Amino acid sequence: MNDITFDDLDRKIINALQGGFPVSDDPFGEVASWFDTDRENIISRIKALLDNGALSRFGPLFNSERMGGAVTLAALKVPNDRFEEVTKLVNAHREVAHNYARTHELNMWFVLATETPDQIARVIEKIEAETGLHVFNCPKEQEYFIGLRLEI
Amino acid sequence: MNPIAQSKNNEGADEIDRQIIVATQKGLPLVAEPYDEIANQLGISSAQVKDRITAMQERGIIRRVGIVPNHYRLGYVANGMSVWDIDDDKIDEMGERIGALDYVTHCYKRPRHLPLWPYNLFAMVHAKTRQEVEDKVAAIASILANVDRGHDIIYSTKILKKTGLRLCSPKKAKNNV
Repeated sequence: MNDITFDDLDRKIINALQGGFPVSDDPFGEVASWFDTDRENIISRIKALLDNGALSRFGPLFNSERMGGAVTLAALKVPNDRFEEVTKLVNAHREVAHNYARTHELNMWFVLATETPDQIARVIEKIEAETGLHVFNCPKEQEYFIGLRLEI
Repeated sequence: MNPIAQSKNNEGADEIDRQIIVATQKGLPLVAEPYDEIANQLGISSAQVKDRITAMQERGIIRRVGIVPNHYRLGYVANGMSVWDIDDDKIDEMGERIGALDYVTHCYKRPRHLPLWPYNLFAMVHAKTRQEVEDKVAAIASILANVDRGHDIIYSTKILKKTGLRLCSPKKAKNNV
């Protein structure tokens, strides 16, 4: 993966828009006025940053739990010789939003996101039945305030 | 207190909210008047789209409108999940302090699974190198000093799957209820 180069304006846009994008009639024009440029330039910068992968998303960020959905983080202790097979079994579930290999005895960590809370237990049961492994379910009990953002 | 948390019937988002959510799941359109564009797609007014989005932000359904940087592409390639065994009496106080650090991008209390997993506080640290992650975790350790009964850093070595939030279209979702 190549490093991405940005100029000063790209950097300012990334840092500023992590904090929020205006909900107004002319939002790009508003952002442009912060940086002394024009609307079209802001639109094309954001487009380029999405295209080159510097940004993974532009728009509303949803909290699925507030829409009645549920999320959990869960882990598996997967024997090394079964890692590929178990990855396929786990990833096949559409409720698995993210899955990472990690450096611990619990070596596979995935996020389950479902439209209703009771589906979490059902998906976990299925994964246990399919893999023959115990799923360590680590739902968040408390979310602590996240102060800042990634400054680049 | 919170009407959404109490609502039994799923949502907290009504039909129009859900239509707006579905229309913006892949992001806002990159056009001069993005909210007008969504309004045209849905056959409602632009004012309605903006009011709904603002109201959903107030209710916490939308965390914020903005951009999400791709940590990896921006050079933050070391992603360490620091995990801590903290006294239950102290965890909320400490969680708030650790969450407020600018290099911690997520901070949660989660259940222990003894004996294999003694940790109840998770703080995700993003940095450019593992050394930098370790320096930051050392800084967290000094803050937690007396209440830290053990910690570890779990690195991700491979992304096995990554997808965004997917919500069914409103009709389909209704059938699932």
